[in-house]
Amino acid sequence: MGKKLIEFRNVSFRYGDEQPWVLKNCSFDIYEKEWLAIIGHNGSGKSTIAKLMNGLLFPQEGEIIIDGQQVNEESIWSIRKDVGMVFQNPDNQFVGTTVQDDVAFGMENRGIPREEMITRISETLSAVGMQDYLLTEPHRLSGGQKQRVAIASVLAISPQVLILDEATAMLDPKGRTEIMQTVNNVQEKNELSLITITHDLQEVVQADRVIVMNDGEIWDEAIPRDIFSKKDDLREIGLDVPFVAILADELKANGISITKEPLNHEELLEDLWTLHLKT
Amino acid sequence: MSNSLIIGQYVPGQSLVHKLDPRTKITIIFFFVFIVFFANNLVSYTLLTVFALASMFISRVPIRFILKGLTPVWFLIVFTFILHLFVTKEGTLIFDLYIFEFYTGGVIQGFAISMRFFLLILMTSLLTLTTTPIEITDAIEDMLHPLKKVKFPVHELALMMSISLRFIPTLMQETEKISRAQASRGVDFKTGPIKERAKAVVPLLVPLFVSAFKRAEELAMAMEARGYQGGEGRTKLRELKIEKRDILIYVLFACVIAGLIYTRNY
Repeated sequence: MGKKLIEFRNVSFRYGDEQPWVLKNCSFDIYEKEWLAIIGHNGSGKSTIAKLMNGLLFPQEGEIIIDGQQVNEESIWSIRKDVGMVFQNPDNQFVGTTVQDDVAFGMENRGIPREEMITRISETLSAVGMQDYLLTEPHRLSGGQKQRVAIASVLAISPQVLILDEATAMLDPKGRTEIMQTVNNVQEKNELSLITITHDLQEVVQADRVIVMNDGEIWDEAIPRDIFSKKDDLREIGLDVPFVAILADELKANGISITKEPLNHEELLEDLWTLHLKT
Repeated sequence: MSNSLIIGQYVPGQSLVHKLDPRTKITIIFFFVFIVFFANNLVSYTLLTVFALASMFISRVPIRFILKGLTPVWFLIVFTFILHLFVTKEGTLIFDLYIFEFYTGGVIQGFAISMRFFLLILMTSLLTLTTTPIEITDAIEDMLHPLKKVKFPVHELALMMSISLRFIPTLMQETEKISRAQASRGVDFKTGPIKERAKAVVPLLVPLFVSAFKRAEELAMAMEARGYQGGEGRTKLRELKIEKRDILIYVLFACVIAGLIYTRNY
């Protein structure tokens, strides 16, 4: 693992003095170039973590250090250069009147010269497969396409961290696959840290590491396969366990020995057809 | 619905009028509005009409779009003509009808004033027909730039305009969705007396406003996350550039003004 990029040190947060704590004494690290998934049910504090990393909110207790800088009022502008964020609603984060204007928005804010903007727009739009939509208006795009533009506009400022805060939650299955594919490509090419925040266990399969949040506390931190093996506990904290994991459980209960916890259908299939070959 | 939706009246095209810098178009129309009132005889009116019609033909905007722009003001044009017909008592008497007397002066005056209206509407609708709203916004931002010295929020105003333009289709789609949802619950938007129909708009407007405010809040957060901190130190992707054709048009327009001043004294 690379060097530490983001450190959360005993961070607690609440929205007001009378409000309950949304985050309770959380500590964890995020390393360079890793893919971290944060998962939890609604209200578990996972989106608050994202907003804390970008300086949209500040913790009441504890400290957050990003690339050696502590997050506070003075450092937020330089931190926002390093931390890019894609939100849940595809419509409410599209600022420009056309695709190219929207990708340019973040760069305009940072005073990047026009010539450089033009090259970066075409680079990042081809990275997400939207290069043919340069002058298209947002209302002519699907949700998945809008989210891809949102990813492109974050990539255009070449951040060190890309946070997807439930970026697929409002999309149809097709849009969801589009985004997951785009995210995979981006992660392979750009060498940035990726943080995906979700409540869908299916989406954490490819991550390097998973943090499970429950009621503002870190409930578990492990690799996806280990998380998947704790099905009953996951169900208890309100997460949907994927069908393939349930199936594997039932098979085990019926005396079929499965060697490892399957993450997807292919892995389970592989296990099953080789079952009698091994014995 | 969403695929046929065009914001404003813009008719896409590649003509000279389309390609002109929006600032050039706005400046020329601004002065055109003034000089129309200086025309005082047949020759000067002809000059301005030729200029306006020439612009129209060069723009290659189909006539029906221009006529559509004129429809709301047809009444006004005809009304002023008739008014002048009745009221102006100059020149020689043509004929009288009981208490009404019609003079040549009334006909000429009515015709001249209607012509002024017609020319004004023609030129201004030509601007919106050949320029995208966002180009107009950029031009306004650029032309108001000197006002920054007196703390006038030029950049903020332009950003507000462009965000409004971006959200018009989104909110229209939303309105349609809400009105369908409410119609499915029995709200009747289409029949009944006007008072009832006005009441039916309330369950449409309330959810629309609630969602618009929510959108605004989320958009503000997204903009902040993307590093927006006001107009200071910002660069721009969309660029306005004065080309040779703009200068050519300015020179031509200056000739029209000179011609007008000359023909006024005919």
